[in-house]
Amino acid sequence: MDSVLSEDPVALKILVAGGFGVGKTTLVGSISEIKPLRTEEVLSDRGIGIDDLDGVEGKNTTTVAMDFGRITIREGLVVYLFGTPGQERFWFMWDELSYGALGAVVIADTRRLTDCFPSVDYFEQRGTPFVVAVNCFDGAQRHSVDDVRIALDLDDDVPVMLCDVRRRSSAKEVMITLVEHSLRQLTSAN
Amino acid sequence: MSDGPQWFDEEAGPVVRPYALIRGRTRSSGDMFDLVATVRTLGDPEADGDDLGPEQRHILRAARNPISVADLAVELDLPVGVIRVMLGDMRDNGLISVTSPSAGGARSNERILKEVINGLRAL
Repeated sequence: MDSVLSEDPVALKILVAGGFGVGKTTLVGSISEIKPLRTEEVLSDRGIGIDDLDGVEGKNTTTVAMDFGRITIREGLVVYLFGTPGQERFWFMWDELSYGALGAVVIADTRRLTDCFPSVDYFEQRGTPFVVAVNCFDGAQRHSVDDVRIALDLDDDVPVMLCDVRRRSSAKEVMITLVEHSLRQLTSAN
Repeated sequence: MSDGPQWFDEEAGPVVRPYALIRGRTRSSGDMFDLVATVRTLGDPEADGDDLGPEQRHILRAARNPISVADLAVELDLPVGVIRVMLGDMRDNGLISVTSPSAGGARSNERILKEVINGLRAL
């Protein structure tokens, strides 16, 4: 019997990572309908110096909103995008997010390249396929893809590309590059 | 008589804190539900909903068609942690089923990845 109707939908996760203000929200919004996903988290003292807490010293919890997007490929096949909270104190959320993830996009800003080191390290260690997308901000000095590859000390097979996260076609290209990369890793492993 | 002073507005945040909906608990059998796990209502949401709170009834209605944990959190505008506790209870009571995406199952399926690539190209 054909049991297509009772089949569970196939859900794939793609993570979007990178430093604060690098364009994660914009990228997710360029390619999908974006919604803020609320998670309620305790602010620890490790947050001091990262967030501006002046005047809110009495506040000990905060609501974190994670960018959440959904691309429906067809009925029963959906790609979910999650913009990972950038700060180190949210890394416990990354473990959950990256479990079973198809891959990750690390957005880099060449003016603050060190901001994406932790993301690159994280995905390298977990063996999660990832691509580095260099967001070309207006007026930002452009570096070549090769410079970025060297600066981040990336393996040769990790795709590095320039992009403009505001443009849908560019965001699309980044996602396609990632899935193709995941597919290559899969077929070379078999 | 004039109206009394306005004590609070939107800026004050919700009048009922989200965790009050689940009696202050932050743990349940739903802890490990993946954000993209599929939630499905079992049985008839209208018939089963009588003793439930409005949020739980909302979940039963929303999950008549399979829906992800993350989508439910957005739909109910509640933190994921709160939704997980509710879902854990509701599953334990046989009201819903929660199916985890088989880790690596879909991502290790060549045909599905090719379908995704083609689907993205067609966007």
